[in-house]
Amino acid sequence: MNELSASSRITYRAVMVRPGMARRIRGLSDKTLAWLFITPTIVLLLAINIFPLLWTIYLSFTNYRANRANVPTIWLGADWYQSILTDPDIWAAMQVTAHFVIWTVVIETVLGFGLAYLIDKKFRGHGMWTTIILLPMMLSPAVVGNFWTFLYQPQIGLFNYVVAFFTGRAASSFQMLGDVTLSPWAIVIVDAWMWTPYVMLICLAGLRSIPDYIYEAAEVDRASKWRQFWSITLPMALPFIMLAVLFRGIENFKMFDMVNLLTGGGPGSTTEVASITLKRAAFESWRTGYSSAFAIILFVTVFGLANIYVKALNKVKSR
Amino acid sequence: MSIDATPSIARRGLADRVLRRGPLEAAATTIIAAGVVMLMQPLSLTLYSWSFATTLFGTVMFTIVSKVRE
Repeated sequence: MNELSASSRITYRAVMVRPGMARRIRGLSDKTLAWLFITPTIVLLLAINIFPLLWTIYLSFTNYRANRANVPTIWLGADWYQSILTDPDIWAAMQVTAHFVIWTVVIETVLGFGLAYLIDKKFRGHGMWTTIILLPMMLSPAVVGNFWTFLYQPQIGLFNYVVAFFTGRAASSFQMLGDVTLSPWAIVIVDAWMWTPYVMLICLAGLRSIPDYIYEAAEVDRASKWRQFWSITLPMALPFIMLAVLFRGIENFKMFDMVNLLTGGGPGSTTEVASITLKRAAFESWRTGYSSAFAIILFVTVFGLANIYVKALNKVKSR
Repeated sequence: MSIDATPSIARRGLADRVLRRGPLEAAATTIIAAGVVMLMQPLSLTLYSWSFATTLFGTVMFTIVSKVRE
């Protein structure tokens, strides 16, 4: 362009931009242009995020039922909130959720950090092993739910045969998904299998962010490998581990798809996590107002945890 | 003059120490965590009943104090 004369530059511009359009764009300020570009996103966000949230908050104070939309809506105040927060069944669902969240997070963190520590040693073929370990994370939860249902089959399932091989029990003598004691652990095992690689990835990022010179200084000071692990590796990887714990905690608190496919909340209500209870209230009992109040309670909890998560994320970013 | 000035400096010092984003965010975070624990604990239905109010208070507090100066 620099080699073009002034007249040819004018001709070039005239060809590239229609005069009417150019005049219109030239008349807009930078701020107006910026608003022009972000308005569609804001409208979309308001339509699919903010409006449904505000509408759900409104519904949570009414007796609205989605299957009887023509019935006049009555304002109930905080009645649903009071009902949910004094209901022993909902409290039990929260404890089932707590069992699921605590055990999955503990198992995933311990195994994930252990795997990350091994992969970080850069042994021969570590790239291939990393890919193999990451495979479960790349699958859809619907697929995982379905094929683990087959693996847990007492007659033909591979899982029962592996347990039978190591324990000596008959493979068909126990049902992972049908037993009241075993089913809460069945969903924990599947989630841990699927999401341990994710925790491993975050921990690996933390381990690789530790500068080598710190270990070299520790070697000079004749610190043992054990001391190096407790005094350097673990403290420096801790913000990343916290990040993984919070993220998996939030995700598992609202876990629905995998548990619904594996057990559907059964047997009885032994694996009925909060999201399954919510689905039953909303789309089986059609108590829309009640389920809206329950959804708001879960939303506030997740939002609160997300605040802590963002704080932890900022701490990691500032390193 | 000096009698008046000394307590005001002391008051400002206390406010500076307490009304900073760091300690306030830590307090809000603790309240949120307490609310979540109260929601999922198996020991007391009363604690469970107050969990939502606690989490909501902590979340609102966190949202407000995250705008406070460092």
